[in-house]
Amino acid sequence: MTLSNAIDSGPLFSRDRDWHPAAYTPGYKTSMTRAPFRPLVALGSTLSEETGPAFGQSMIGRLDNNLILNFTGQPAVGERIIMHGRVLDEQGRGVPNVLVEIWQANAGGRYRHKKDGYLAPLDPNFGGCGRALSGPDGSYEFLTVRPGAYPWPNHVNNWRPMHIHISVFGSGFGQRLITQMYFEGDPLIARCPIVNTIGQQKAIEALVAPLDMNRAIPMDCLAYKFDIVLRGRRQSVFENRKEGM
Amino acid sequence: MQRLDYLKESPSQTAGPYVHIGLTPNKLGNTGIYPQDLGESPIQPGAQGEAITIIGTVRDGAGMILRDALIESWQADARGIYPGNDPRGAADPNVSGWARIIANFDSGEWTLNTVKPGRVPFPDGRMMAPHISLWLVARGINLGLQTRIYFEDEENDSCPVLQRIEHRERVQTLIARKTGPGQYRFDIVLQGAGETVFFDL
Ligand SMILES: [Fe+2]
Repeated sequence: MTLSNAIDSGPLFSRDRDWHPAAYTPGYKTSMTRAPFRPLVALGSTLSEETGPAFGQSMIGRLDNNLILNFTGQPAVGERIIMHGRVLDEQGRGVPNVLVEIWQANAGGRYRHKKDGYLAPLDPNFGGCGRALSGPDGSYEFLTVRPGAYPWPNHVNNWRPMHIHISVFGSGFGQRLITQMYFEGDPLIARCPIVNTIGQQKAIEALVAPLDMNRAIPMDCLAYKFDIVLRGRRQSVFENRKEGM
Repeated sequence: MQRLDYLKESPSQTAGPYVHIGLTPNKLGNTGIYPQDLGESPIQPGAQGEAITIIGTVRDGAGMILRDALIESWQADARGIYPGNDPRGAADPNVSGWARIIANFDSGEWTLNTVKPGRVPFPDGRMMAPHISLWLVARGINLGLQTRIYFEDEENDSCPVLQRIEHRERVQTLIARKTGPGQYRFDIVLQGAGETVFFDL
């Protein structure tokens, strides 16, 4: 078995449900009617979770990871940033060919979505989505503008910290994950009911991207580093037991 | 003592109400960025097997139908081989197996057009009944929910996954009802009476 095959198949590590947010989190009101009350039926992964669709570079357009230009070709308004990092698994290995998709509000905190009626204006040159495929070492990169904070209906005066939504698709359907990236130093992080659905402070910190001056481009843009970790896969020659053995 | 140097999986956060901007921008009306949305269909013309349509809704604990749910489906081909990285070999080239399905913005109803998958082995070699895996996200869901669609007109009793469901009456929440030739209904209930079985797989 080659190394790449080893990453591509094999049973998934079970999820640490104390590390992820619970389903029912009253501080985030919408979860109260959308959280299952019955316990999850837990068993190890099967072929249905260990397999997944293959994505190829041919599906990705040249400007797909450039949110500053990919809507109209004219530059969006806002603080220019590089968002970069690696997709890793829990064994710390870079995972190649992961589809990374992001979406975000514009620099004023407004989304291009028919349900968003916030008074901050749309930017005619900002669509708000991008996608990339991780490279052979798991690395990925986006050029975008830093999204603005925005208010949302929950408690009377709740504001989302600046954040970028991220969807990652590893090699197995059971690795499917959506999360959000926050920015170092944002005082709204600690006040956010959605952030605080996560119980452990160390887990929250795993979603905060540090400023990365080594990746910033002088006179052009700042950079933030955000590594993403997917569920690992067990590898053992003792793995393939048939029934009764 | 030595250290176990594992990393922790990135903690999940809700997809929020604007997930369509990122994952189905064309269906939202944000055209011009991608030529087409990914996961438009799990099959291409010529896919082998029985063509089927599954229609359903997602309902919350207050009985409201979600308009902002996004579901992804993943399935084997008609012979039970997964496209992509199935170690057992190549699947039907006209089955890509994966779809992104969004609830209709007005009615909340979702539709999946596909072929019925074949049986797939459980890790111990026993066969799982034909099923389509689902992953469901929406505003208010903090970590994507895993569930499965099974079929009323298949032999489900011997499926090792369904056998693990302790409260036997809850198995029914995973079984799509046949409403006509090739037509099925599968309504998902997030919470409360008739709550769908969700998995930790
Ligand atoms: Fe957001």
